Amino acid sequence: MAISYDDVVAKYDPVLGLEVHVELNTESKMFCSCSTTFGAQPNTQTCPVCLALPGALPVVNATAIESTIKIGLALNCSIAPYSRFARKNYFYPDMPKNFQISQYDEPICFDGYVDVEIETDEGPRQFRIEIERVHMEEDTGKSLHVGGATGRIHGADYSLLDYNRAGIPLVEIVTKIVPGTGKYAPEVARAYVAELRDILRGLGVSDVKMEQGSLRCDANVSLKPMGSDVLGTRSETKNVNSLRSVERAIRGEMIRHAELLDAGQKVKQETRHFQEDTGLTRSGRSKEQAEDYRYFPEPDLVPVAPDAAWIEELRAALPERPSLRRKRLKEEWSVPDKEMAAMVNADVLDIVEATVILGADPTKARSWWLGEISRIANDKEVAVTELSITPADVAEIVALVNKGELTDKLARQVVEGVIAGEGSPAEVVAKRGIKVVNDDGALMAAIEKVCNDQPDTAQKVRDGHLPAAGALIGAVMKETKGQADAARVRELLLGHLGQ
Amino acid sequence: MSEALAKGEVTSTQLTQAHLDRIKDVDPAVKAFLHVDTDGALEQAARVDADRSAGKTLHPLAGIPLALKDVLTQEGVPTTAGSKILQGWKPQYDSTVVSKIKNAGIVIVGKTNMDEFAMGSSTENSAYGPTFNPWDLTRTPGGSSGGSAAAVSAFEAPLAIGSDTGGSIRQPAALTGIVGVRPTYGAVSRYGLIAYSSSLDQAGPFGRTVLDTALLHDVMAGHDPKDATSINGAFPDVVAAARKRDVKGMKIGVIKQLQGEGYQSGVQARFDESLQVLASLGAQIVEVDCPSFEYALAAYYLIAPSECSSNLARFDAMRYGLRVGDSDGASAESVMNATRNAGFGHEVKRRIILGTYALSSGYYDAYYGSAQKIRTLIIQDYAKAFAQADVLVSPTAPTTAFKIGEKSNDPIAMYLGDVATIPVNLAGICGMSLPAGLADEDNLPVGFQIMAPAMQDARLYQVGSALEAALVSQWGGHLISKAPALGGSK
Repeated sequence: MAISYDDVVAKYDPVLGLEVHVELNTESKMFCSCSTTFGAQPNTQTCPVCLALPGALPVVNATAIESTIKIGLALNCSIAPYSRFARKNYFYPDMPKNFQISQYDEPICFDGYVDVEIETDEGPRQFRIEIERVHMEEDTGKSLHVGGATGRIHGADYSLLDYNRAGIPLVEIVTKIVPGTGKYAPEVARAYVAELRDILRGLGVSDVKMEQGSLRCDANVSLKPMGSDVLGTRSETKNVNSLRSVERAIRGEMIRHAELLDAGQKVKQETRHFQEDTGLTRSGRSKEQAEDYRYFPEPDLVPVAPDAAWIEELRAALPERPSLRRKRLKEEWSVPDKEMAAMVNADVLDIVEATVILGADPTKARSWWLGEISRIANDKEVAVTELSITPADVAEIVALVNKGELTDKLARQVVEGVIAGEGSPAEVVAKRGIKVVNDDGALMAAIEKVCNDQPDTAQKVRDGHLPAAGALIGAVMKETKGQADAARVRELLLGHLGQ
Repeated sequence: MSEALAKGEVTSTQLTQAHLDRIKDVDPAVKAFLHVDTDGALEQAARVDADRSAGKTLHPLAGIPLALKDVLTQEGVPTTAGSKILQGWKPQYDSTVVSKIKNAGIVIVGKTNMDEFAMGSSTENSAYGPTFNPWDLTRTPGGSSGGSAAAVSAFEAPLAIGSDTGGSIRQPAALTGIVGVRPTYGAVSRYGLIAYSSSLDQAGPFGRTVLDTALLHDVMAGHDPKDATSINGAFPDVVAAARKRDVKGMKIGVIKQLQGEGYQSGVQARFDESLQVLASLGAQIVEVDCPSFEYALAAYYLIAPSECSSNLARFDAMRYGLRVGDSDGASAESVMNATRNAGFGHEVKRRIILGTYALSSGYYDAYYGSAQKIRTLIIQDYAKAFAQADVLVSPTAPTTAFKIGEKSNDPIAMYLGDVATIPVNLAGICGMSLPAGLADEDNLPVGFQIMAPAMQDARLYQVGSALEAALVSQWGGHLISKAPALGGSK
């Protein structure tokens, strides 16, 4: 009983609620001094505290509090002058204490908002996403279920536990319900998560790598009949791990809900899991029996009472909001929308800006990072920022080209050399002996040789058939090992052939 | 002993060996120890002796043996908290208290018996059997730090460490005729103290004299960055206070609610006499009213079980300790269930269930929330009382040591024994129990409790040392010297 998305949004009004978990990039864990590095050998980054050995006690990581307050401020939240941690009690093998230290009725940041802009049929439109709360908590360990077909706990032969992640600082950002997005609900959700990601990256508080789980989104969706005031039953799709998946998961859930409602059935309030391959969700734990987490204030920790003056210092030091920055750069660099979007998507905005600040022309800086360098990064399957080439290198290369000491083609060789670790652009130029041949005598010798080698082509040019010159110029460039300035070669060649 | 060690009349090795021998002689009857660390103790003693020979400056307590309640972690030494669920666990780390003890050169001779996870007032709730009171082996030494108190009382160690969540140092000190102090909450690090009730737990010292106790207190106290609730500030000089022995002009407040009805006549008599002694030393005795204390027991038995229901959740067979039912195909949940069922004793289960219920949604406000309000009222009662008096006093426990089994099937009667000690824990202040003599009717020790405001622990020692000096001269020796011989040499 398939129903089209257009039919869904004609009949139903979606209401969203988004919970985003962000792993902070602090060096140590939330409540102990263990390292937080991703990908270490299992259980090597643990201690009595994060393994919950008897007698061990948590101590709050001050950097995590600072990062959380920065996030709250960047999301226009109020910062609580006094907030407490609470214990959320439930048993699970990968949770060492069998309670999670979180915040409950006293979150550190509350009542904020984020504005996001999306393209609609009527042009760009802004939506305000209201933030309910931003609070701190700790991550759990990881269970690896071995055996069975699915890698899930059911059907597994045994499970392995890795507590390296246990105690990594997490910040949970919870929206209020988001009504009024209509058919744009999936796009609004995606734009919100993207905006959050950019804000968090701008703050430098998280790696925000969705694929590594350092930013995870739980998407709550419900449908109500058009015009109704009564909220429908929601489903919660857990741990959606890419922007595209956020959009797909919400669209998929809207369709699934509509099909149930059209068939006169009820939507179950439950947790669901998104499946990347099908774009559908499958049922997880049913929430019919609401869990009782028996929250109570964490007696091992003292309340968090940040100094008001310090909060103002943090506020004053906040970086420019990403959406405003994009607008500003777009104007300063006079970049078309599409190019701007390409830079944002390729994640090169910071590095291009750094290159421009070092004196490079915005267009050139952009074309290097987005073009040649991105290509090499793609080949190597790494991010451009992981290559050994820096904004300073690119600025230097652009300057060399401007001065006529490199041609674009030679410059590409220099870029390759820098990335290969041969040193700075100047060192690569020196080592590889790269230089523009601008000795007219040497060029004339090459031109004469080429004209002698290809007398027929030369004659065509003499006869006024100018496109034929291309082949001769190419040959001269080859003769000079690409180190000649093609424009000068053309000039000399045409003169030589009487044109 | 400290002087004899310093003068070279005896070595720590000899002293330690003598106590190990005494343990071998009397502990089969007393059962104060769960684990005796003969090798570890002798190694530490030898180290101290070597340091002394090398002329190093040593702490006054260096080389002195100490009995450690099994609730504090000591690296590599079995630690069970009196529970089957931790049987065989050897901690990977030292608690902060143990680190400080070791750094002072104190010799830990072993781990002492206790009510399971410190839940109890008689040491009968230990999964490893009860400890017997050296004054009368048919009676309990009190609890939960009954093993530590009995060890000191039976001359198995001159010093011991206990923990006090509702009176678990002061009450056994009272019942065994020794000195025990619960320091101000936050004065002694809880890092490595296996948690029963985080907001009430506090480790503290036992000794045979007020000065011994002060010296140990001084070693234990201090800020610890590993405990977020640890106080960071100037700590009172308890050793100087214990040498002061002066109460002239001090105001001593007798709490109206903690005497009279329900208190054994011999207990009340010794308490009243001690008050007269203090008055004769120049203290002014006043009566203070603490009306909210009536609700202290009820509040305690909601807060402590609530916190313990969460603190004890970590004992799940996943990472350490007992594991039961781990056969082919058993799920993690079923192993957790079976282990917790087999590993926890009745009283622990009772409190976990009580606490789980008290924290449940819909009941939280009525139980845990109300208990916290009572706590605030008790703090206010103390504030008013301390505006009228420098220290407050009461009998430590309503009765002398009771018979093994006498109250073990009547939890309410057992809980009532903590009525005088619990308010201190709820308010986070400090308290001492010291011997006030023997009750006429049973010839068993009576404890005199002194309470002082937070971080005024020095007042306990100042008043305690003055009272002790007067009583000891009256008795012609320390009360402990009147304890019956258990065989072997003291």
